[in-house]
Amino acid sequence: MSSQIISTDVLVIGGGLAGERCAIEAAAAGQEAMILSLVPPRRSHSCAAQGGMQAALGNCVKADGDSPYVHFLDTVRGSDWGADQEVANIFAEEAPVAVRELAHYGVPWTRVRGGKNKYFIHGESVEIDEPLENEGLITHRDFGGTAKWRACYAAAGTGHAALYAVDSEVVRLGITVRDRVEAISLIHDGTRCSGVVARCLRTGEYFAVMAKATVIATGGYGRIYGRYTTNATINYGDGAALALNTGIVPLGNMEAVQFHPTALSPSGILITEGCRGDGGYLLDKNLNRFMVEAEPEKQELASRDVVSRHMMQRIQDGDGVDSPNGRHLWLDIRHLGEKHLTTKLLEVFDICRDFAGINPANDLIPVRPTQHYSMGGVRVNKDGEAYGMAGLYAVGEAACWDMHGFNRLGGNSLAETLVAGRIVGACVAEYASGTMLAANTALAFEALSVAKKSENEWLQRVGNGRSVYEIRDALGEVMITKVGIFRNGADLGGAVDEIQVLIDECSQAVLRHKGPGANPELAFALRLPGMLRLAMTVAMGALARAESRGAHFRTDYPLRNDREWLNRTLVRWQPNATAPKLSYEPVGIINVTPGHRGYGSDERVAMEVTIPDYNASVLDAQEREGRLASVDLMGSRLPQSDREKK
Amino acid sequence: MTDDATSKARRLRFEIFRFNPEDASSEPFIDTFEIDERPYMTLYMALNEIRETQDAGLQFDFACRSAICGSCGMMVNGRPALGCRTLTADLPEIIRLHPLPAFKLIGDLSVDTGVWFREMAERTEAWIHEQLPFDKDAPEQRMSDDIAAAIYEGDRCIECGCCVASCGVANVNPDFLAGAGLNRVARFMMDPRDARDDADWFEVVAGSDGVFGCIGMMACADVCPKELPLLEVYAYLRRRTLGTKFLND
Repeated sequence: MSSQIISTDVLVIGGGLAGERCAIEAAAAGQEAMILSLVPPRRSHSCAAQGGMQAALGNCVKADGDSPYVHFLDTVRGSDWGADQEVANIFAEEAPVAVRELAHYGVPWTRVRGGKNKYFIHGESVEIDEPLENEGLITHRDFGGTAKWRACYAAAGTGHAALYAVDSEVVRLGITVRDRVEAISLIHDGTRCSGVVARCLRTGEYFAVMAKATVIATGGYGRIYGRYTTNATINYGDGAALALNTGIVPLGNMEAVQFHPTALSPSGILITEGCRGDGGYLLDKNLNRFMVEAEPEKQELASRDVVSRHMMQRIQDGDGVDSPNGRHLWLDIRHLGEKHLTTKLLEVFDICRDFAGINPANDLIPVRPTQHYSMGGVRVNKDGEAYGMAGLYAVGEAACWDMHGFNRLGGNSLAETLVAGRIVGACVAEYASGTMLAANTALAFEALSVAKKSENEWLQRVGNGRSVYEIRDALGEVMITKVGIFRNGADLGGAVDEIQVLIDECSQAVLRHKGPGANPELAFALRLPGMLRLAMTVAMGALARAESRGAHFRTDYPLRNDREWLNRTLVRWQPNATAPKLSYEPVGIINVTPGHRGYGSDERVAMEVTIPDYNASVLDAQEREGRLASVDLMGSRLPQSDREKK
Repeated sequence: MTDDATSKARRLRFEIFRFNPEDASSEPFIDTFEIDERPYMTLYMALNEIRETQDAGLQFDFACRSAICGSCGMMVNGRPALGCRTLTADLPEIIRLHPLPAFKLIGDLSVDTGVWFREMAERTEAWIHEQLPFDKDAPEQRMSDDIAAAIYEGDRCIECGCCVASCGVANVNPDFLAGAGLNRVARFMMDPRDARDDADWFEVVAGSDGVFGCIGMMACADVCPKELPLLEVYAYLRRRTLGTKFLND
């Protein structure tokens, strides 16, 4: 990097689907866009999304009668009413456009074959006649927690196909991508963000990028769970940590952490929900299909939080399968047949062969619930603009937008990246076109010098401190054992204490390698304090939330409590404070009254305030927390009339 | 794994190419490390263990660790492979690792595939050349599921670079598109949504940097982790390049 300071109009941190789609929108609007990415963009974790992308096109028989409103309802129920319902509605309405736009970019969506099609539904082989007039439209497969078949897919490589198509559009538009670059800190003056300090992972050199608007699109923070995650090694929540380190921008619902029911045991590699969508079963050690009894209506296709809890309960009750790497359950997709497995689930077939040495046409797949998705993230308004900081945006898994609340439905994240990428990208472009570059180089040089000082501290520290990798592994063990699927006050309190010890140890950790260049150990060391701080916000948020909602389940408070906890956790960490500070805001304007999700428990503590009273409090309460005014008024895109709902 | 098998756990010897271009004092050399083999150990596990316990400066790339992101191509005992899905059990006790050739070295086992693939995409204009602008209010253009499946087959390439590294031509002609590049061209060529015609494609693939530069050794097909049908891809490109009329006759 020859120059220490460079500039652009719109800076996007992260080259996955959300970041790239956002950059496309900004570039198409005439803004100069630059993407910084840890890896070449096509290696981003978006490529790991397998089974599908939810959009209510309603093109096949089992999708008949679907609509964005039904999709909206499923999403709100899936969120356990933790979502911002307006955002969920915007999402559901725009998802069909996003799927069709991907078709325009080249995604080879699986299409409707008119005539007789064989499916597996609720354990039965079923033949369905797809109308010939739908031949060639984008078809759907079933996924968990949905009333209709809605997931659009390309075999089990949907994220890969989507990412390659979107990245080809980035190339077409000539958008600058700097890969192997890591954002280290945000440059800001307390009210406005003007770019980042970045570090080159080829050379180790630092540079500043000054921008009118900065977008965090760095994905989730699954790697705070160590190896107990389906996430790639690059998903350590760098963007959330950047925002947290401002002390101003809050993170939302960090305790809302999703566990995917079917990760391959023990490697933790994802096996798509599409396996169960296409008719796969979960079996215990006695080969008993326990989900039929546990959830008679949805069976294996209840929401992920519900299925994961039933699975863990099964394992805790002694019905798991013993193995040298701990207990697991079985996923059975043998009955789908080898042809189906080597076409529509090809990537699953490959993963089973490569990482478990089995053929899923003949063998059962060992699976176990594993950390998968971060519902929490940088808290933003419906335009994607961060609370408390003009010119800073977040999008995709890195953001808490917040359409997922306390549990995301399968296939909704892939759709979110593209829907939100378009919407936030347009808002970013509009913001950037109406503002001047605040080229306050003094701020940039100061931020550069802070970053280099922090690096020098690592390089100069000597002694017998722990290695950064030991601390990472210890963190993963704390998180999986004490901040996992079943949580309780004692464990969570213990986790807070243990994470604090690790934070102290991190400040004394010593590098084993201090050579020149990017230095992989130093690069990891620079990430570790952020990971520990994020872990602390997850544990403290979970400890404080004395109820069970979606993926956050407290055995000591097993009911959802709409009277006291129909809210969103916000967390900030002042620069020199020893601990983060929690606060709460209403989830948003409520359109669908909290009720039973249709799966899981039907017991809860009911609201006491009326919906109109709750709704009347939302705007003021969120503005007090730093919500910036959105382009359109709050509530303008809620489902409006009965006619629209049809 | 049984106790019996554990008792026979091997001591693996890794011989790894080392060079850090960012370090003026660094000279290329072969470094050696020994670790105990564990059940189901992959090169992803082994290399991380070496870095975390023996040499924290060792450079290599992994991201997804599930053979889908294409980050971890490397030469394993002289053959390009994805490190994450290579089991040590399938290898002899001495494991030699080199960076992929034909790409710019970043350090040790890490190479710059991102820049190579971006340049290839720019050169071949590897995007859909739209026939009409996107209409967000229109239903999707129909496509037969068979064509969608055929495009998907070509779309499965993960751009790991194993085919490029194995290619006798790409190693001497840096402009050669190689397996991944040719496959990408074919993927767009067969896509009915792409507006380019045969004359446009002729410019892209007919020269010696394109499909006629291939000398037919087909190492690319042997090493492709996704088992893409590259032989058929090249045949398709040659025939299309000579004109669809030929195909139809």
